[in-house]
Amino acid sequence: MVKGIEKYGIPVVHMATVVPISRTIGANRIIPGIGIPYPLGDPAQGETDSKKIREKMVRRALKALQVPVEEQTVFEKDI
Amino acid sequence: MAKYKIVHYLNQFFGGVGGEEMAGFKPEIKEEKIGPGLAVSQALGEDYEIAATIICGDNYFGENLNEATDTIIEMIRKYEPDVFIAGPAFNAGRYGVACGTVCKAVEERLGIPVLTGMYEENPGADMFKKDVITVRTGNSAATLRKTLPQFVNLIKKLAEGREILGPSVEGYLERGIRVNYFAEKRGAARGMDMLIKKMAGEPFETDLPMPKFDRVPPAAPIQDIKSAKIAIVTSGGIVPHGNPDHIESSNATKYGVYSIEGMDRMSSEDFTTIHGGYDRQFVMADPNLVVPLDVLREMEKEGEFGELVNYFCTTTGTGTATGSAAKFGDSIGQRFTEEHVDGVILVST
Amino acid sequence: MKLELGKIEIRDVRFADRTSIEDHILFVNKREVEELVLEDDKILECHLDITRPGEAVRITPVKDVIEPRVKVSGGGEIFPGVIGKVSPAVGEGRTHALEGCCVVTVGRIVGFQEGVIDMSGPAADYCPFSKTVNLCVVIEPKEGLEIHVYERAGRLAGLKVAAYLGEAGRCIEPDTVDVYETKPILQQASEYPELPKVGYVHMLQSQGLLHDTYYYGVDAKRFIPTFMYPTEIMDGAIVSGNCVAPCDKVTTYHHLHNPVIDECYRRHGKEINFMGVILTNENVFLADKERHSDMVAKLVEWLGLDGVLITEEGYGNPDTDLMMNCRKVERRGTKVVLITDEFPGKDGKSQSLADTCDEATALASCGQGNMTLHFPAMDKVIGTQEYIESQIGGWAGCVNEDGSFEAEIQIIIASTIANGFNRLAAKGY
Repeated sequence: MVKGIEKYGIPVVHMATVVPISRTIGANRIIPGIGIPYPLGDPAQGETDSKKIREKMVRRALKALQVPVEEQTVFEKDI
Repeated sequence: MAKYKIVHYLNQFFGGVGGEEMAGFKPEIKEEKIGPGLAVSQALGEDYEIAATIICGDNYFGENLNEATDTIIEMIRKYEPDVFIAGPAFNAGRYGVACGTVCKAVEERLGIPVLTGMYEENPGADMFKKDVITVRTGNSAATLRKTLPQFVNLIKKLAEGREILGPSVEGYLERGIRVNYFAEKRGAARGMDMLIKKMAGEPFETDLPMPKFDRVPPAAPIQDIKSAKIAIVTSGGIVPHGNPDHIESSNATKYGVYSIEGMDRMSSEDFTTIHGGYDRQFVMADPNLVVPLDVLREMEKEGEFGELVNYFCTTTGTGTATGSAAKFGDSIGQRFTEEHVDGVILVST
Repeated sequence: MKLELGKIEIRDVRFADRTSIEDHILFVNKREVEELVLEDDKILECHLDITRPGEAVRITPVKDVIEPRVKVSGGGEIFPGVIGKVSPAVGEGRTHALEGCCVVTVGRIVGFQEGVIDMSGPAADYCPFSKTVNLCVVIEPKEGLEIHVYERAGRLAGLKVAAYLGEAGRCIEPDTVDVYETKPILQQASEYPELPKVGYVHMLQSQGLLHDTYYYGVDAKRFIPTFMYPTEIMDGAIVSGNCVAPCDKVTTYHHLHNPVIDECYRRHGKEINFMGVILTNENVFLADKERHSDMVAKLVEWLGLDGVLITEEGYGNPDTDLMMNCRKVERRGTKVVLITDEFPGKDGKSQSLADTCDEATALASCGQGNMTLHFPAMDKVIGTQEYIESQIGGWAGCVNEDGSFEAEIQIIIASTIANGFNRLAAKGY
């Protein structure tokens, strides 16, 4: 799906827990998710903190969309 | 009177119209057998007849893909052939692509069995061998005679609706279609045989050569985030309650598009997940864990980016064929292009 | 560790006043079994049904399939840590198995992941349980139970019934007795110094609620990779609690009859020196996947193995665990063969696996699960067909008015089970 969209020249940031699959399918901008049952957030930490985690990740995703990349890049840390 | 009718497609060169200077030749149909058709027809015997031959210039075809295909389909239609054959194109790239395109269209639109032939490095082979049975030929016309038996055998099988066996038996290029069969030994025994050979350094044959996934070059980044239009896509199976479009829990064949207009967050009262591959309890309680609408809305309000597209696209990732996923991506990409979307956040579980 | 496994051939199952085995027939006291199941107050109703190969009968939604067994000597109890005592450990002494019959638990669906068993017709070719005499335990849970509570109740009911029936075989002279033995590492290594040392990396499905497997009662996602004597599994040390796609489900029956372990023992002392089993899991966090595949590679190296077979349960992201295990083990110099099934889409043209690696040069296919099949209407359905369209492998509108339906073979229990139990395979066309 990522490649199908990116083919049109629209940058896609893939937020996915299983980074190896994301790499295999050919996503170019990757942000590791927290876990398969909850990629964006962590319900175990309560709603407030879970949302904070999500906010940080989404902000990182928006940044990733603004960064030029030459090859598959995993954005592990905030930029 | 022959029992089975065939229509044959050739380019300007094999059709005897001329060389490169005639590559712009528009499609024409002749009620006779021409060029390689003569040898094929003779080898097929009197039960088979090449009723007509279509000739089209390679450049004309390449430059007028849709129009040329439509014209050729109409030409073929009235003959109601039992089998349609194209080429063989050997190592001629444009010719190979034309053969593949025409064959695929004939099969899809007319429901007639089709056959072509190419050298395996012909670019047309890579593009179409999945869809069209492609006889493995050498890289030049000199190899026609050698591959004639394969053509004849396959044409007869297609015409009579007999089972076509594996690529190495029948002499066509492997199509990459995975077909079930009952092996002599169970999987564990075959695995053990393989391991014993592998440990001894002896040759062995894997059941599944590792595929190479193709790549798309990274798209240019967003220049001005403050005015950028952002869209959300997910493979996490988030759908409105009741799953109105009946998206499958596994091996999805479609994606859904659902409005988030006027919503500040994804409410569990509106949305759920039908993904069959993970523990759903967390996402059912809070769908924002997959579609981060709550934080995106806040950022939108604070002007951190331009605007959020007022719907999201969604499907189930688990067990979904890569072919289907590519189709969804293409369709979503088209939609986003039309709507001038600048960037996409795609969340997978 | 040495186990004598006595097999009592069961040719039919019939209801009777007393549960016993006579002349290869298992007689079952219906009332006692029902009472045993209803001891659990989560279960409102229970009824039993018997079905045999060749009958026009469909069983669905199937939760688990279990072979009745009993521990005769050597300490420990069958299904330790779940319904048997957790200690002493199992895998030694003597065990009796009632071969040819199974307990099948049936009831309305927990997730989408319960499957179908057809006792005749085209789907029967794809299912190992179309060839066994099945005692179906159909349960009706109390209203409003949480799904994981319901899942657990169903799981325990099946195991209890299997253990109860197994007791009938305690004093019966088995038709055959097979002896399996694996010695402590140094002794085992020196027993056949000239043969290549082979191990089995057994990946247990452990992706969370409803996708779990238990080892001595421990939820597999809570352990780190460990060593297991292969005979432990024959006494029910591992039980299935998961609801993965039906075709992929390693039922408790399949744990008892693990085909890789069976194959390793067949070749043991002749072509290979079978050293034992490394148990690992399939996780939902990347850090766990990385850590546990590192540990698998470490254990393989520490055992000094020349080659390993690796199997998985499920598809999609577990393919990543499979590939990580393969890559890391190969990079430490041990040869790997993978056994798994494929999901290339209905037309068979897409990629078979969600993840791949260059080191996966040897793979034995267990067939592809997306192939579609016509399931004819049956004279009788044990359970209910009302969920077919939402079960994995079905789709909206796939059921016809007469009760027949079209579905992918992934709806059939264990049809493409990724441990090499079946002969089904896929090849490139």
